[in-house]
Amino acid sequence: MTDTPRLSLHVPEPEVRPGDTPDFSNVAIPRAGSVPRPEVDADPKSMRDLAYSIIRVLNRQGEAVGPWAGTLTNEELLEGLRDMMTLRTFDARMQTAQRQGKTSFYMQHMGEEAVSCAFRKALLPGDMNFPTYRQAGLLIAGGYPLVDMMNQIYSNEADPLKGRQLPIMYSSREHGFFSISGNLGTQFVQAVGWGMASAIKGDTKIAVGWIGDGSTAESDFHAALVFASTYRAPVVLNIVNNQWAISTFQGIARGGSGTFAARGLGFGLPTLRVDGNDYLAVHAVAKWAVERARRNLGPTLVEYVTYRVGAHSTSDDPSAYRPKTESEAWPLGDPVIRLKNHLIVQGVWSEERHKQTEAEILDVVITAQKEAEKHGTLHAGGKPSARDMFEGVYAEMPAHLRRQRQQAGV
Amino acid sequence: MARMTMIEAIRDAMDVCMGLDENVVVFGEDVGYFGGVFRCTHGLQQKYGRSRCFDTPISELGIVGVAVGMAAYGLRPCVEMQFADYVYPAYDQIVSEVARIRYRSAGQFTCPIVIRMPTGGGIFGGQTHSQSPEALFTHVAGLKVVVPSNPQDAKGLLIASIEDPDPVIFLEPKRLYNGPFDGHHDRPVTPWSKHESGEVEAGRTVTPLGKAVVRRAGSAVTVLAYGTMVHVALAAAEDAGIDAEVIDLRTLVPLDLDAIVASVRKTGRCVVVHEATLTSGFGAELAALVQEHCFHSLEAPIARVTGWDTPYPHAQEWDYFPGPARVGRALIETMEA
Ligand SMILES: Cc1ncc(C[n+]2csc(CCOP(=O)(O)OP(=O)(O)O)c2C)c(N)n1
Ligand SMILES: [Mg+2]
Repeated sequence: MTDTPRLSLHVPEPEVRPGDTPDFSNVAIPRAGSVPRPEVDADPKSMRDLAYSIIRVLNRQGEAVGPWAGTLTNEELLEGLRDMMTLRTFDARMQTAQRQGKTSFYMQHMGEEAVSCAFRKALLPGDMNFPTYRQAGLLIAGGYPLVDMMNQIYSNEADPLKGRQLPIMYSSREHGFFSISGNLGTQFVQAVGWGMASAIKGDTKIAVGWIGDGSTAESDFHAALVFASTYRAPVVLNIVNNQWAISTFQGIARGGSGTFAARGLGFGLPTLRVDGNDYLAVHAVAKWAVERARRNLGPTLVEYVTYRVGAHSTSDDPSAYRPKTESEAWPLGDPVIRLKNHLIVQGVWSEERHKQTEAEILDVVITAQKEAEKHGTLHAGGKPSARDMFEGVYAEMPAHLRRQRQQAGV
Repeated sequence: MARMTMIEAIRDAMDVCMGLDENVVVFGEDVGYFGGVFRCTHGLQQKYGRSRCFDTPISELGIVGVAVGMAAYGLRPCVEMQFADYVYPAYDQIVSEVARIRYRSAGQFTCPIVIRMPTGGGIFGGQTHSQSPEALFTHVAGLKVVVPSNPQDAKGLLIASIEDPDPVIFLEPKRLYNGPFDGHHDRPVTPWSKHESGEVEAGRTVTPLGKAVVRRAGSAVTVLAYGTMVHVALAAAEDAGIDAEVIDLRTLVPLDLDAIVASVRKTGRCVVVHEATLTSGFGAELAALVQEHCFHSLEAPIARVTGWDTPYPHAQEWDYFPGPARVGRALIETMEA
């Protein structure tokens, strides 16, 4: 008996905590252009390595290199840059609006703008996203009006969701954006169902599921993978690994699995891992996976490696659990700066034009904000009616709710 | 005695229990290093180590499922759901497993776990940070359900819950974490440090489960309340100028029926209040019990004031929340009936 070792509990911990020097030396970053690009119809068994690598297109010099390069024109890239800059400015304004008490809550995308903005460009009208709260780039890059987003955030009289939903929990069927749930993970498996429906009906549309690194621990994630795998659903399943889930580092959800992408291997899914701060790489991978789904070749699991630069939400202060300078040490850089540098290298952009565009975008966002504020903010001005609160629980209001609405006197 | 917020009182309860019994372990999402998004477990990992207080993956089913296994081994897990609104992934474990382990194994295995969760509205949290799901648990045989309304009770009831041989659902009204809230949302907030029930006994202080308390003695009408609504009911009685007897139930299962019956037999009237939706809410159970046990004393129909039967809205929070005006109106109507 004395030889039997005593058991002990393993609890993963990040390399560094507040006060320590940020250290990402354990994050292996392959050279841009070095990861092969399989044919879209290749056998998933032939590309298992891609679950452990990182597909990258932009190198340090700002050049687009390797087999994944070349999916976008300079015109399209300029538009992409504008989308990301708009999202960043939008976030900054809304973050401040929350601090000013104009809404109850906000969540920003700082550092992760490329993921949703670039992915959106690979979709066709009619495709459907099942997003989390950190993919507003899908709306912005898809041309959804900023003022409608703000009306929702302010829960004002023009809120398309009638004041019922928490700020940023947008919904737009028309823009291929499924109603966001506050409950993590639920949307991931729903995306598979939407894709299955398209297949059942012999349609051509595909679905996209989105989930955060932390939320992959929910059962919905695993249910999504098994259904997608079994029915070869026309769906792209996106994991946005921004390294953090509120205060919890990605190692808690990842456990002993080398990468989040590698979770797909056991389900026989083609599984790609991509530099989430590289607009070109995100788009190239999105295009590949979308084409695969569209050609009835089945689902793809993609992990976007990125970093949540900002706080989790306006209720969070990350200095309590990670070094303040960690985001500066993040080895994949900033998506806006990287695309900007690429376009300068291409000779179609300059620092001056960038500054000028920044000012233009700020103008556009402020104009939208003024327009939205005419319709009220959370605690001032026009509000959705209390009557609205009773509508839409059912298609037709049952007698007991009508009675309650009467009692409420609205 | 020390002045504490409800957060500090809850933390103190876990601290006391972890200090007295090394089988007590605490875990949940963001619970370890950071100490919980409401900071209820702040400092416990540093004090008791990572094996006894730790962060978990975001899987409520996982959290409760492993707690069942640990409890079967002999530990006493006290776990956190980040919000009551996020407990549903764990619902199968709670209903089919946690609640029935003792019964189905004829006592070979038991499940002395506590599942803590912030509950209720009043913080503009929208439909996923405001729910009051107590009735989903009171309906399940084998679970105890506790809802404190102040720091002293939060500590005493949590210690009782952790020491209890059976599973306890511990609902923490988040609007009360930092101070009492009587529903007058337009008035300045009082912190617990300025309120008498912010005074909390040091060390192992136990508030037994199944004992209600009269918060305001009165002769006109009995108000049955728990959690935030205790404070709302007190304000409503004051505002409406009605000599109501306000009973803070504190535990819903087991329920202090004797205290309820004694009061209603005295007053002859009863108003039941809760934040949760009306239909099949715990108020329905209370109203049924009151009419079964006090039928001949009742001089008016039993009234219920609750959240409306809609999902919890965002912008219309104060139209939804059953505040002192609505409760006051029910008190007056019950007196006039
Ligand atoms: C079912 C459920 N459990 C817990 C929460 C609370 N919560 C909200 S966001 C979050 C962290 C999510 O992290 P991740 O999935 O990595 O996404 P990120 O915020 O990093 O984009 C948690 C625990 C929730 N919203 N839903
Ligand atoms: Mg994350």
